[in-house]
Amino acid sequence: MPGIQQIAGTAVALERRDVDTDQIIPAAWLKRVQRTGFAPGLFGAWRENPDFVLNRPGAAEAKILVAGDNFGCGSSREHAVWALQDFGFRAVIAPSFADIFRGNAVSSGLVPAEVGEGAVTRLFAALAARPGARVVVDVAQRTVAIPAAGIVEPFALADYARWRLLEGLDDIAVTLRHEEEITAYEARRPQWLPTVTNQLALS
Amino acid sequence: MTGRLFDTVWDRHLVASPEGEPPLLYIDLHLVHEVTSPQAFEGLELAGRRVRRPGLTLATMDHDVPTRDLDQPIADELAAEQIARLRRNCEVHGVRLHALGSIDQGIVHVIGPQLGLSQPGMTIVCGDSHTSTHGAFGALAFGIGTSEVEHVLATQTLRQVKPAAMAVTVDGELAPGLTAKDLVLGIIRTLGPGGGVGSVIEYRGPAVRALSMAGRMTVCNMSIEAGARAGMIAPDETTFAWLEGRRHSPRGRQWEQALDDWRGLVTDDGAAFDREVRVDAAALRPAVTWGTTPAQSVFIDDVIPEPGSFATPAGQQAARRALTYMDLRPGVPIRDVTVDAVFIGSCTNGRLEDLRAAAEVIRGRKVHPGVRALVVPGSARVKADAEAEGLDRFFLDAGFEWRSAGCSMCLGMNGDIIAPGERCASTSNRNFEGRQGPGGRTHLVAPAVAAATAVAGHFTLPGDL
Repeated sequence: MPGIQQIAGTAVALERRDVDTDQIIPAAWLKRVQRTGFAPGLFGAWRENPDFVLNRPGAAEAKILVAGDNFGCGSSREHAVWALQDFGFRAVIAPSFADIFRGNAVSSGLVPAEVGEGAVTRLFAALAARPGARVVVDVAQRTVAIPAAGIVEPFALADYARWRLLEGLDDIAVTLRHEEEITAYEARRPQWLPTVTNQLALS
Repeated sequence: MTGRLFDTVWDRHLVASPEGEPPLLYIDLHLVHEVTSPQAFEGLELAGRRVRRPGLTLATMDHDVPTRDLDQPIADELAAEQIARLRRNCEVHGVRLHALGSIDQGIVHVIGPQLGLSQPGMTIVCGDSHTSTHGAFGALAFGIGTSEVEHVLATQTLRQVKPAAMAVTVDGELAPGLTAKDLVLGIIRTLGPGGGVGSVIEYRGPAVRALSMAGRMTVCNMSIEAGARAGMIAPDETTFAWLEGRRHSPRGRQWEQALDDWRGLVTDDGAAFDREVRVDAAALRPAVTWGTTPAQSVFIDDVIPEPGSFATPAGQQAARRALTYMDLRPGVPIRDVTVDAVFIGSCTNGRLEDLRAAAEVIRGRKVHPGVRALVVPGSARVKADAEAEGLDRFFLDAGFEWRSAGCSMCLGMNGDIIAPGERCASTSNRNFEGRQGPGGRTHLVAPAVAAATAVAGHFTLPGDL
């Protein structure tokens, strides 16, 4: 996964709260065994409405999605992140994210930029006034800016998540640096804890 | 003493707490299913890694398996390929698989507890948000994404920022006829769909203690519907009695050792939480959702709410959008809303106790003409046990379809769906737009209410029949 310093491009404003992952990628798409090819399914049901924001001119080139509170709630499907990326999004800006979605986003290199309620209102207003405006999400600085509107807002992103996004780190490789500690931990686990294969071998 | 159950379980699983990184948490049990694992196994193989602890990993097939004609090849080619892929991955990596057709197959959150694999004080993860179910045993259990599935397969650990601790204390007792489903829908309504984000909820209080293990699983299962990372209930005699003698439960001297340990998994009376919420069980009535998040529910005696009655502009907008999608008008009694379908099943309400509650209502009655009703047991074992009690006959005689185990119409991946515009009374956990099929409308209810609704053709209680 390549590191991400900054994302600059146009944005799509999705003024809804509690956008769940069933909307982001409907269940029928979860039968795929690849990480790619999900773009046609992104917001599949909502895109049947010609007025939906992703059907507007320029949306296909957008790199940033701005949405309401509790974005990505519901199912743990990482396919939601893959679908957003496959469509072209590199960052999602919202006042809050569901925990699993946020983790999935960082794992897959989609920037979850958490801004204040006031900031998201200002971003929506600026994008309504200037739909094609260039938006800059700076991971290093943890800011989102719309230069044409004179907007610069800070966003929250945990230090470790920021580091992983900047460096494009393989999380498993980082963890395996602790191999010895994992092995030591395993040696002191209580004996009564269940083990699937051993129990079945006995029965 | 001010210890909390959550901290005890968390601290016990700390493998490493490196400077500047979230701590590494050891995972005692990793449950795997066909939908969120193929890309993880592929990633593992591309990196030349292996499954670190196959013995702590258990796979089953549930999300897109057919629930009828199991003797036939799977008609859905994509589902068939995904299921075959899981079988192949389990064979290559030495992971135990309870495959379709096995008596141990079923919804992953039903079979873990059923086999005695979900025990107090454990950490349990699965690529499924309803993994919170296993918290009913005093385990720390939560859903993860596919990248994390790969991480656990490779390392048997997860890197986790410690969530906040929330207490939901339920005072009083549930009125007769009220169930864990009504309780958890009441809790979610109080918290809102994002009220638990960043938190692990511990459910406490007399009404929680009074719940059976099945009821506790229903409550913990839906923690994610309030946005919570996990839900937990401290283990007690109810838990121990339920676990004793199950296939993977400790035996003999180890059972005694485990019991000694589990009795210490408590939250002290004086413990402080980051947030504390109190719910009065006595104030609850049977719940029915009217909207498109599980937080949008009313009592069965209520009317569809006015969007203007919600406190915030965002809440009002969400209510208006939900009412439009659900094709409902404010002021209409929820009892007057008619349904096209009834679904009894899911990891929320697909256990034997749930089927018994529904069967008791349906016994000797008929499904309303025009209503399509199906029962999908949570596991093959639940199905067999229900049949041993004769429950299948009550359902079949009433006009229900009696299916084989799987997630089925809870998420509509396997072809068990409702048609666009159809309305379903469902014992599942999510009423999101299109959850049970594109354009479908879902109302979440308890099993007995679903059964009564199937008979009446509109939302009603067993006592009204």
